[in-house]
Formats: sequence, structure tokens, C-alpha cells
Amino acid sequence: MSILVNSNTRLICQGITGKAGAFHSEQCKAYGTNLVGGVTPGRGGQTALGVPVFDTCSEAVKETKANATMIFVPPPGAADAILEAADAGIALIVAITEGIPVLDMARAVAYLKAHHPQTRLIGPNCPGVITPGQCKIGIMPGYIHKPGRVGVVSRSGTLTYEAVWQLTSLGIGQSTCVGIGGDPVNGSSFVDVLMMFQNDPDTDAVLMMGEIGGTAEEQAAALKTAGKFTKPIAAFIAGQTAPPGKRMGHAGAIISGGSGKASDKIAALEGAGIKVAKSPADMGITLKAALG
Amino acid sequence: MKVHEYQAKELLKGSGVAVPAGIVATTPEQAGEAYESLGGGLIVIKAQVHAGGRGKGVAVDPQGDRALALEIASGRKPRPKGTAGGVQLVKSKAEAAAAAASLLGKTLVTYQTGIEGSRVNKVLVTVGHEIARELYLGLAVDRGLQCPVLMASTEGGVEIETVAHEHPEKIHREPIDVGLGLGDFQARKISKALGLSGKAAKNGEVLFKALTRFFLDQDASLAEINPLIVTDKDEVLALDCKLTFDDNAMFRHPDIAAMLDPAEEDAAELRAGKSGLSFVSLDGNIGCLVNGAGLAMSTMDLIQYHGGTPANFLDVGGGANKDQVLEAFRILLGDPKVKGVLVNIFGGIMKCDTIASALLAAYDEIDFRVPLVVRLEGTNVEAGKKLLSESGRKIITADGLTDAAKKIVAAVKGAA
Repeated sequence: MSILVNSNTRLICQGITGKAGAFHSEQCKAYGTNLVGGVTPGRGGQTALGVPVFDTCSEAVKETKANATMIFVPPPGAADAILEAADAGIALIVAITEGIPVLDMARAVAYLKAHHPQTRLIGPNCPGVITPGQCKIGIMPGYIHKPGRVGVVSRSGTLTYEAVWQLTSLGIGQSTCVGIGGDPVNGSSFVDVLMMFQNDPDTDAVLMMGEIGGTAEEQAAALKTAGKFTKPIAAFIAGQTAPPGKRMGHAGAIISGGSGKASDKIAALEGAGIKVAKSPADMGITLKAALG
Repeated sequence: MKVHEYQAKELLKGSGVAVPAGIVATTPEQAGEAYESLGGGLIVIKAQVHAGGRGKGVAVDPQGDRALALEIASGRKPRPKGTAGGVQLVKSKAEAAAAAASLLGKTLVTYQTGIEGSRVNKVLVTVGHEIARELYLGLAVDRGLQCPVLMASTEGGVEIETVAHEHPEKIHREPIDVGLGLGDFQARKISKALGLSGKAAKNGEVLFKALTRFFLDQDASLAEINPLIVTDKDEVLALDCKLTFDDNAMFRHPDIAAMLDPAEEDAAELRAGKSGLSFVSLDGNIGCLVNGAGLAMSTMDLIQYHGGTPANFLDVGGGANKDQVLEAFRILLGDPKVKGVLVNIFGGIMKCDTIASALLAAYDEIDFRVPLVVRLEGTNVEAGKKLLSESGRKIITADGLTDAAKKIVAAVKGAA
């Protein structure tokens, strides 16, 4: 009853010997995730958190049969770490690292599309993926989640925790929560994750948190309008009061065709029959209302 | 990170993009000398500030009437004869020096700078050309296509947003393969789309490829040449250009990173960046301190939803230690507009009691002159709230987002 990760997931951490990598690997393990190893070039043969450390991903996969990786490699080497994981045949790559150069990601995504189209990349600059009660890959606090039948997908971190907490407080459990990350070029879009939820018999509805910039939310709305996504969705768009053009002026905003404005995204979602929470305090109850 | 026009042109010239000859000057004397070094004739003096709209801008004394300048620069009031603009044509050494004197040390107000304006510390003295055609060229990363896209339009010299809105068919888009760069065949397509032929097409294709190569190699996030000109001699030149670079990639481009002009950056935003805080100042009166960008934006929305106005976006990141909270409070309270502060923390890995201790320590080190509302949720929330309520400080605690927003909006209205 989930997408992407479950109790059969076998996780390694790339960057397991770094401060953040070690801390969060330990937290994931404590949650019950099956952590089977780690990778840090030059540290092969050591042990960390009771699991073996390897120099390369391919060794780690050979020895541990890992099928998922969590990347905490610092930004200069993070895109390369993604490629290494794909090359080693790891099916699911969750890149937590924040601050990867955009063109590094453009190259990495192009490489994956060309050479490893079956590999699923989540992130970068994301909180990760969790199937409550089964497997947590990432930096989200595990205890706020509750097993259930609502899928959660979001571009942001703490806002996702806020939304999940509202659901859990209302007694609504989650099938899987996915943070797709806030970077301009990333591995998975709202559309990708929505289609996974559509095909998951144990997800009844989806709560989606978008934000200003790009057209990912408009594409999600189009998916609903086209009848390809048929389950109830509730949404919230962060940045309704953000000043335009503060981060991206000119060509950046026009190039994707849309304005990137919150008002346009909300209009697109509502036009597709998706309930949009007016206040971030109402994300949970809006989903509850969508469930009917 | 943005760079000045003169810096952008130096960088592009070094990469094989044709630009008009030019010399930077910081005094009127240097501008006069530059006029002679460039061989005289028709020369253009251009104020070096990051903002656009320089030509229609108005240079005023630092104590001058910037409000009036903004009205004129925005075209809402007639432009009096002799008003110094940010781009001036000169025909002699003396005129060059006078034009530079009318800009250097002055504040240039354009429709993009707003009423603050930008101080002019440098001018670019550059050769004027006989312009046969004005075109547009831009490069940026397309989120949807997940690669850079080169945009070209025959509508040069005007705002590209206007063209995109009114005549989207007049913008030709060419996606760039990040491994290959711009192919010759793509360069030829762009030439066709721009109506270039013969020698101008050849020159243009060299420029398109060089600009794309520069963008990919130097981690630019935006490169805009507007206008790209074709001269009466079929030369194709970047008459003006704007370059923005990916901050996250500057670790491998120290030469470009060194081009940062602190005078062009918001002082509070720069200061925040040094402490690992992400800060954007806004016009309202409620200061916000939040962990995580999405929640920080949502908190701004929440304040507005309940009738208040946020003074800023401030993301302390997932961690947030005492020093960061302290620095964040200093930045918030350093803004005289701020009449109240809302702290909204969802403690995940970061525990709420740790945050509460940091808040108290920071509170005590600072003269906290305005109401403070704190909303904590997440790990160890009860311990955190207890620390705050038993501290004896004037801290208003809130349960949930709505309660927090209502309390800070009421507190600010009460104080006003």
C-alpha cells in the first residue's frame, strides 16, 4: 500500500560518513528502514552505524543488493553521485543535497533519460520519501506520519511536515509522502508522482503542495482535466504574496510559457476541479473535504 | 549573482562574442581619456548599475528628488530638457567628461530601481555603431524541458516580456543539448529566424555558438543580449548584455564570484546570506522568522490572509541555532518598519525545546522593542512551549497557524 518505498526497500546512503549523512541514516534506521550499507570514496572497508561502507556504489549493490540510495554528498559532487548510483543499477535515487548547480542537474537528468530511463530520481533539494510505518528515506521527522491512504506530494520540506501533521491530527493517514524538491531541474515532477498514486490501489486521494515559479502545478491540473488522474486532489500554493521577479527576472519567467504566479496556478487547479486551500492552516481540512 | 554590463562584456569578449570596444571610467577625466583612446567620433557613455531602463532613467544628486525622478523615468511625467539619463551620446572629449560627471557619484533612478535608485560608481565609455537592425537573444534554463533554451527574436530593443505576451510567435526557441552545446544546424536555424544572410549570418552564427558555450561553461543562469545589433558593415554585436550566474556554481568560478558588487546588493540580504539565512525584504510591518522556504512563503501568505502585511521572507533553514536566530532577530529589528515579529517553526529533526532555548537566549541579548508571537510545532513541542511560557519574557505563544497569525496581526494593530 504505497509507492516508491516499502518494507522491501534496501537502502544505502551515499555520504554516510559525513555529519548530515550519518545523522539522518541513523534516524532512518531508527524508524525501521532497512539500511544495508553506505558509500564514501576512500572509506571502503569501514563500518558505519553497523553497516559496511564501500568505495563505490557498484560494490555496495553487489554486496548488499541495495535497491535504493539516499544522497547526502556535498553539492560539487552530488550530481556525479546520482550518475554513479544509476550506473550501479539502483532503481530509486533520493537526492537530499541542497545547492547543486542547475546545469549539473540538467546534465544529470539528460544522462538518466538517455542511459537509465528506468531509474527513478526524487529531488534534489528535497526532504525525501516516506511510506509511514514501513520505510523512511530522507530528513523528515518520522513520528508525525501515520499509515493510511492519502498520498502527499510537495515541492517543499517543512511545509510538507506541516501538511502531514494536519492530516495526522485529523486522523487521516498517508500512503506515501514524496518531496520532489524545489530546484528548477529535478528528477520527478508532480505529474510523475501523481501517475504513481493513480496506479497505487492503496492511495485514495492526494494532497499536493506547490509553490510559485515554473508550470509544474499547471501540468498537474491538465492531467486531472484530461481524465488521466481520477482520484480526489486537494492543493495549496505557497508564495501567493511573494513579490514577482525577486529570484528570476525576464527570460526565466517567460520561458516556460506560464507566469509562475500563484494566482495563475490556483486558477488552473480550481479550473480542473481541484480544491485549493486558501490558508496554509487549512491544507488538512481541504483534503478531508475533497475526500467527501 | 548579477554582474555589470562592462563585466559581462569583458567575459563575453574573452569567449569570442563580438562586443563594441569599450573602456570603464570612474572619473570624468578617465572618461575623456577613454574617448580619445577609442578613436573619438560617436561615443556612448553608459552608467554601470544592474537595473534595466537606464536610457530612460534619471540621474539625480544623492539628496535630490528621487520621487520626481521615478515619475519621469517611468514616463508618468514629461522629461525636462537637459535631464541626465543613464545612457548618453557624446561627440567630443569634453562632452564625454561632462556626461561622466553628470552620472558618477549620482543616483540613477529607473523604472526598475524604484525610488531607491542605484548609485553610479562607474561608467562604460563605448564606441557607437551605425545600427542597421536591432535583434534579441536570450538564454535561460527551461524548467519544463530541463535544459537551457536559446531564444531569438527580431523584436530587439524592446522589453522581451512584451513581445512574449503580444507576439509569442516572434520568439524563436532552440533547446540546447547540455553535452553538445549549440549545433551548427541550430545556429543556421536561428540565422534564418532572425532574417540574417551572407556575412551577417556567418557572424551571427559564430556569436550564437560562442554565447551558448559561455553559458554552459561558466554556469550562467541568464544571458540576455538586447539589443543584438547588425551594423551597416554586417557586423553582429552585443550592444547591451545582462548576465546572471548560478550562485550554487560560483565555487568553481572564483574569477566571476569576485565580480560581485556589494553596492548593488540589498545590505540586509547580504548580511543574512553570511549567516546562512535566506532573506528577502518586503514592504509590510510583520517580521517573520521561519524554518524552510515553503513554510516561510506560506507564513507570509497566512499573515496576509488574516489582514496583516509581511515585512520579509526569512528562512533560517532546517537547522537554526542560537547564533542564527540572534542574527535573524537583529536583521528583523534593524528594520524600522517592523512592528511585530512572528516566529513559526516546525521542529522536525530540530527539536522545539532547542529552538525555544535559542529564542530565549537571542531575546535576552537584544532590546526586543516589538511584540513577539511564537508558534512551535513538532518534536518536543510541549517542552518548548513550557520553556517559553515559564520564561517570564513578554513572548506570546500560539497554537497552530491560524492562532499565530491572528495574534500577531492583533498585536501589531494594537501597537500602531
